[in-house]
Amino acid sequence: MNAFAVIVSRDVGLALRRAADTLTVIMFFVLAIVLFPLGVGPELAVLARIAAGTVWVAALLSAMLSLERMFQADYEDGSLEQLALAPAPLAFVVLAKALAHWLTTGVPLILVAPLLAILMNMPVEGLPILMLSMAIGTPALSLIGAIGAALTVGVRRGGVLLSLLVLPLVTPILIFGVGAVEATLTGLGGRPHLLILGGFTTASLFLAPWAAAAALRLSLD
Amino acid sequence: MASFHGLANPARFMRYSGAILPWVGGATVILLIIGLYLALFASPADYQQGETVRIMYVHVPAAWMGLMVYTTMAVASAVALIWKHPLADLVAKSSAPIGAGFTFVCLVTGSLWGEPMWGTWGVWDARLTSMLILLFLYLGYIALVDAFDDPTKGAKAAAILALVGFVNIPIIKFSVDWWNTLHQPASVAKMGGPSIDSAMLWPLLIMAVAFTCFYVTLMFMRVRTEIMARKLRSLRMAQAQG
Repeated sequence: MNAFAVIVSRDVGLALRRAADTLTVIMFFVLAIVLFPLGVGPELAVLARIAAGTVWVAALLSAMLSLERMFQADYEDGSLEQLALAPAPLAFVVLAKALAHWLTTGVPLILVAPLLAILMNMPVEGLPILMLSMAIGTPALSLIGAIGAALTVGVRRGGVLLSLLVLPLVTPILIFGVGAVEATLTGLGGRPHLLILGGFTTASLFLAPWAAAAALRLSLD
Repeated sequence: MASFHGLANPARFMRYSGAILPWVGGATVILLIIGLYLALFASPADYQQGETVRIMYVHVPAAWMGLMVYTTMAVASAVALIWKHPLADLVAKSSAPIGAGFTFVCLVTGSLWGEPMWGTWGVWDARLTSMLILLFLYLGYIALVDAFDDPTKGAKAAAILALVGFVNIPIIKFSVDWWNTLHQPASVAKMGGPSIDSAMLWPLLIMAVAFTCFYVTLMFMRVRTEIMARKLRSLRMAQAQG
């Protein structure tokens, strides 16, 4: 357990010292949302209709930007090999790094999301459920993203490839994340969506570190 | 199991597959001719959909093959990762472009079918949307196989991806179905109606078998080509060093 806490605090510390990286992701998130009213026009009814979808899609794309860094720096300076040789199981290390990734990108995205949703004219009742659905869904994004990051860690043009690999796999998160918000706004109640989202996150919590560890071992050969 | 491990020997595989290949290839040609004749001329037109129903005889087998080839890839990838079976890697790698082709055909014919039936080329029907995501899974796999300098590493990484995708496919399918019922009422996605008549079922089944033979033929040819290419490469390396 100690090793787990050490890796998380190390990764979070590293991310805080290079705060520009996290800020870039947030700026991308903001910019992507700002482009939508420019693209579809400023009619408030239209914006309100697409608000939940655009915020979720933009959050998904922003998270993709930061996934590449999850293992890359450690792979280049060799510390990933040290982590693989450490007594803690590699899947455990992956879990810690995914948690650190979520803390440094998922959480800021969740905090910024309501502001952007207001920009998109989302009704105020939708904001808590938007944050809740993102809080439940984004950990799965970091976990499944870890598989993609681990698979592409030794690849030169890994960034674009990573998105190609991960985005099809995370479509369920998008569907149920947006679904929860829309169901709440139309009065149907978002609970079923949130439960399925939670199930998806739980399943990836157990399966993804294992697959990502297998992929990392491969690139460390 | 003896023959399963015996096939790990490329020379033996070349011998067996060389013997099987003309038969499967011949079966493909004959079944395709019979199936296409039955589908395009002998089978009745649908009382509602008219002649456009004939698109089904290509569309539905292509969709089945899209799913079946991915399943084959996942099984081959598992075999490759567990037993380090050298040919399983090749089978998975060779199947990917074929499966992507079938999936693409399914999408194109679905779009062509949607135009007269539903009045639009692009319908976000639940089944077509899941096939579209399946196509992206295929493309991701193909991109990953070729992304590594070391081909064995690429094959292993792609095998892990194929297994992850295979676990995810039912979840994607389920969530797309759910999404579709939420976003649009069931006016579009309802098709078929009464269960299929035997006059239409037979051509469909023959076409499905023909498509399967076609896949096996192409896959064998691709695996054989890959084995020969590797042999050639190692011979060239030996020549360059000696």
